[in-house]
Amino acid sequence: MLSADNPTMAIKIVERRPLSLAERTYLPQILAGLKVTWDNMVRPPVTLQYPDERPTIPQNYRGVPTLVRDPNGREKCVSCQLCEFVCPPKAIRITPGSITENAENAHVEKAPQEFEINMLRCIYCGLCQEVCPEEAIWLQTQYSMTGTSRDQMVNNKARLYELGGTLPDSHHKWDKKKAEAEKQADGHH
Amino acid sequence: MTLETLLHDFALSPAWYFTAGRGLLVIIILMSIAAYSVLLERKASAWIQGRIGPNRTNHPLIAWIPGIGTLLMKGGFIQPAADGLKFLFKEDPLPGHVRKVYYILAPIIALAPALVTLTMLPFGEFSYEGQKHIITLCPGADVGVLFMFAISSLGVYGIAIGGWAANSKFPFLGAVRGSAQLISYELAMGLSVLTVFLATATPNENNPLSLVAIVNSQTGAWNILYHPVAALIFLIAIFAETNRHPFDMPESETDLVGGFHTEYGAFKFGLFFVAEYGHMIIGSSLFILMFLGGWHVLPWLPTVGSGTVASLLGVAAFFVKLAFFLFFFVWVRWTIPRFRYDQVMRIGWRVLLPVAILNLLAYFAWYALRG
Repeated sequence: MLSADNPTMAIKIVERRPLSLAERTYLPQILAGLKVTWDNMVRPPVTLQYPDERPTIPQNYRGVPTLVRDPNGREKCVSCQLCEFVCPPKAIRITPGSITENAENAHVEKAPQEFEINMLRCIYCGLCQEVCPEEAIWLQTQYSMTGTSRDQMVNNKARLYELGGTLPDSHHKWDKKKAEAEKQADGHH
Repeated sequence: MTLETLLHDFALSPAWYFTAGRGLLVIIILMSIAAYSVLLERKASAWIQGRIGPNRTNHPLIAWIPGIGTLLMKGGFIQPAADGLKFLFKEDPLPGHVRKVYYILAPIIALAPALVTLTMLPFGEFSYEGQKHIITLCPGADVGVLFMFAISSLGVYGIAIGGWAANSKFPFLGAVRGSAQLISYELAMGLSVLTVFLATATPNENNPLSLVAIVNSQTGAWNILYHPVAALIFLIAIFAETNRHPFDMPESETDLVGGFHTEYGAFKFGLFFVAEYGHMIIGSSLFILMFLGGWHVLPWLPTVGSGTVASLLGVAAFFVKLAFFLFFFVWVRWTIPRFRYDQVMRIGWRVLLPVAILNLLAYFAWYALRG
C-alpha cells in the first residue's frame, strides 16, 4: 500500500507553515500587489482600437469563403456540388449549369449557373475548401461580414468571385487534359 | 484693488455676494473633483488592466479647437460631463415597493454631510496686513476635527435609510453591513487621531482640537513620522469609512447586486455616487491635514515668504496631495479583492481597536515619563 510514509512513492509533502505576523497583517502582500498593478499601469495598453486599427490577419486564416479564378480568368468551379453536400450547416446552394459548346473552355463542360453561400448559416469550418477537387473555393482573410438585411448576407456568384479574385496556380489542369485528349485523338488516326 | 485684497475679501468678507460665491465654490469644487475622480477611477482601472479607458466622448465645440480638442477627447476629459448629463436626463423611476419619502430623502442625506464638512475644511493660509488667515470656505469657524468626524459620519445615514427604504433584501443587507462597519471603524479612527492631538495640543489653547493648529505644528517633520501607527490605523479606517475597496461591504457588487443603491437610478444614484467621492475627499483631506503636513509643501522646508504666491503654493500643495490620495484610493481598489464580512469585523474589533488603544497607552506612558 502506497502512503505518504512510503519512501518508494515520489511524493514531496510540503509543510504548510502557519502565517507569520507580517503575513497576517496583509500589508506586505498589499504592497506587493500595488507594485504589480503599478507595473501594469506603466506598461502600454494592449487594446486594439478596432475600427481605426485593424488586426494583421495571417494568410492561413479561415475567413469568408470565396470562389476563385485561375490565371487565365477561367472560373475554377465545375459545379460538382461536393461542397454543397459536405457543408454541415447547409449554407451552400449551387445551381449547376453547362458551358456552351463554342465557348473557349467548352472542354470543361460544366460551371455553376448560380452559386450562393448564405453567410447567416456558414460556420467557417472550411470543409468546402478541403473537399473541393478543383481548388475553386477558398476561405480567405476577410473576417468582417456585415449586411443590413438577410438578403445582403447571402453571397451570390458574382460577389463570391469579386471577393475571391485569382488563384495564382500554374498547373492548368484543364489545359493539360485538353492537350492530352487532342493528342490521343490524333494517335487513333 | 490688488490681487491680495481681492483674495482677502473673497476668503473673509461677509458680504452676500462673497458668501454666495464661496457657497457656489463648495458645490463646484466637490462636484468637479468627484466627477474627475470618476474619470480617474475609469482611466486608472483601464491602465491597470491594459486597456485605454474612455477616449471617445467629445463635444463639437471642443473638437473644433485645434490640437487641444483631440487631446481632451483622448484623455476622456469630456466624459464626466457626459456621465453627469446622462444621470440628469435619464428617466427617474420611483419603484412601487419602496418607502417613498425616505427613498427620496436618502441620497440627499448621503450628500449633505459631505457638503457641510467641506465648508469647514481648511486648505491653506494667507497673511493680510500682518495677520494670518485660514483659507476655508466658511471663514471664522475653526471648529476642529470633532465637528468633521461628527458630521461626516452622518453620511452613513444616507446608506442606512436608502437601504431600508428600498424595501428589498440586497439593499437592506448592504445598509446593515454599512452601519456595522462604520461603528466598528469609527472607534479605532477616533483613538488613532487622539495621539496626534495629544502631541500637539497645549492646555492653554483656545481650541485644542483645531486642525489649523495641527497643520502649524508640522512645519518641521510631518506627523506621519511621529505617529506612524496612528497614521496607518487612520488610513485603514478612512478606507472603511468611505466604503472603498477592500471594505466596500455596503455595495459589494458581486454578492449584493449593488448593495444599498440597488433600487436607485438616474440622478438619485448619481447623488450617492458623488457622496461617496465627497467622503473620499474629506477622508483624504483629514489625513493630509493631520499626518501629511496640510499645506506645507515638503517637510523641513522653510516657508517661502508669506505673500500671495506662497499661500497659493500652499493651496496647490494641498490639492496635489489630495489628487495623489484620490489616485491611491483607486489604485488600491483595483489591486486587492474585497474582505469577507467576518474578516472586516475581525480586523476592526480584534486588530485595529486593540492596536489603537495600545498605541494611545504607549503615548500616554511616553508623555507621563517625560513629564
